[in-house]
Amino acid sequence: MEVFFQQVVSGLATGGIYGSVALALVMIYQATDVVNYAQGEMAMFSTYIAWTLLDKGVPYWWAFVLTLVISFAGGVLLERIVIRPVENKPILTIVIVCIGLLVILNSMAGWIYSYIQKPFPSPFPPKPIMLGTVVFGAHDLGAIGVTLVVLAFLYAFFRFTTLGLAMRAAAQNPVSSRLCGIRVGWMLAIGWGLASMVGAVAGMMVAPIVFLDPNMMAGILIYAFASATLGGFTSPGGAVLGGLIVGVIENLVGTYVHFIGTELKLTVALALILVVLVFKPSGLFGRAAVHRV
Amino acid sequence: MTPRARAVGVAAALAVALALPLFVSNFRLFQFTQVAVYAIALLGLNVLTGYNGQISLGHGAFYALGAYTTAIMIDKWDVPYPLTIVTAGLLCLVVGFLFGIPALRLEGLYLALATFALALAIPQILKYFEHWTGGSQGIVLSKPNAPWGLRLSPDQWLYFFTLAVLVALFALARNLLMGRTGRAIVAIRDNAIAAQAMGVNTALYKSLTFGVSAAYTGVAGGLSAIVIAFVAPDAFNVFLSITFLTGIVIGGLASISGAIFGALFIQFVPNWAQDISKAAPWAIYGIFLIGFMYVMPFGIAGAVRLALARLGRRGTAARA
Repeated sequence: MEVFFQQVVSGLATGGIYGSVALALVMIYQATDVVNYAQGEMAMFSTYIAWTLLDKGVPYWWAFVLTLVISFAGGVLLERIVIRPVENKPILTIVIVCIGLLVILNSMAGWIYSYIQKPFPSPFPPKPIMLGTVVFGAHDLGAIGVTLVVLAFLYAFFRFTTLGLAMRAAAQNPVSSRLCGIRVGWMLAIGWGLASMVGAVAGMMVAPIVFLDPNMMAGILIYAFASATLGGFTSPGGAVLGGLIVGVIENLVGTYVHFIGTELKLTVALALILVVLVFKPSGLFGRAAVHRV
Repeated sequence: MTPRARAVGVAAALAVALALPLFVSNFRLFQFTQVAVYAIALLGLNVLTGYNGQISLGHGAFYALGAYTTAIMIDKWDVPYPLTIVTAGLLCLVVGFLFGIPALRLEGLYLALATFALALAIPQILKYFEHWTGGSQGIVLSKPNAPWGLRLSPDQWLYFFTLAVLVALFALARNLLMGRTGRAIVAIRDNAIAAQAMGVNTALYKSLTFGVSAAYTGVAGGLSAIVIAFVAPDAFNVFLSITFLTGIVIGGLASISGAIFGALFIQFVPNWAQDISKAAPWAIYGIFLIGFMYVMPFGIAGAVRLALARLGRRGTAARA
């Protein structure tokens, strides 16, 4: 039983990370109707900015806040400069531009900071917390806590502020929103900014675990996609929960189903997601898309 | 474009393709054989994504399935290679059709993600069945020699062989897409409900399109195994599937010639990027990608069509 609880706990820890990146993906999807394939690399680049600040001797939480501000500005700029020219083009054209952005960011980070792994500090104490015989890493708990705080902020922002309402409207029905006086283009830009910020938080929480290098997000982005799909692309809470579920399933399958072991655990997690999708085509918590005929 | 102009265009392209081995080295020729292989795979994906509107991020999986079918049949049972390619195509047809049935319930983004999962799982599955696939080491094949005593190097022979398969498959796809079936496929993309109301069996056509698309990609995979004479799991990673998607969008969605333009792009542009900047080649590649999409949002084939239409209009205006 102890092994079981320990595996669930460490599954939740990795799952929290998948969930935070999934949250960023879902954010951009809700605010702009585009899945941003460059999300992981944007988060990675933000983390490098944080690393540069820390390297210059800025205290951790100051560096944290500064990184968020820079990331927000960077996200807005990327939308204005790179995405805007293809805003009304076919969806696949936008997808390819995002893939272009992905390889550029990855390559630039490698060029500027080199491909050597760098350690990244955690703001939480290194001492593990014992509960009975189950060990909780302080950083893992902290990371999940930070993700939940971000989720709460986003929920409040979209639910209770005029700007949040305007952003939701702009994504859902751009034409009518424009007629109501909402500046749809800028709403999209702010959506990118926010998602870039959420990504930065995720990046800074991931980096102490996997070390900082230009490819650190590639694997995580894949799990984040899976989590967002499982939870439903229209539900931020679902994305976080989806992340936790994927993390736990992956760990338990790897531990208990012996012929699968660690080699096929990704495959099994993905197969489970496919099964869920067949029965719930919009994910566990997503709304089914409604089409006008 | 008039049918006559189109025929002239196709004939000219074929003439260039046939004359190519006279002018280029064996290595360059090998690269062009790769282009032909990619073009077949891209055409398959384009039938599904461009014409039928189902986005797949998992065609690398069918490419891998085709490649391993061919490699295992040659390696374990000494089957003649043309036969293995037919088998690869048929197997992928069946698997693609079967995958297409659950995929019917998924739309857009969720379908993209489901197929993406397929692409992700492939390298691990291939490594797991080590007995058949040779694990991470892969399977080494030998390049076939030219038959009938033809005096061609293996690279030259494979080029002509691939080209023949390409021409046959392109002609087949054109006939499929220009007829009743093709209209049904496109109608489903444009408005599935209206298509159904007109009597199109949406479910059957969508799964069939998935099967045909997978079959094309499987044939391409089988050819690639023979052309490269080597298969290994890590060649069939997620980026292969993403490269295919990039290829059809850059080449031009819902366009047969687009598959060839796209194949030329994915084969040669990464090399050029490498030549331009050794330090950050992928940054250059990314700039190329974004630049192409800005200038030609409907792909190369779309840009060519637009240019020809403009020229044509000017021509008629001058004559009038």
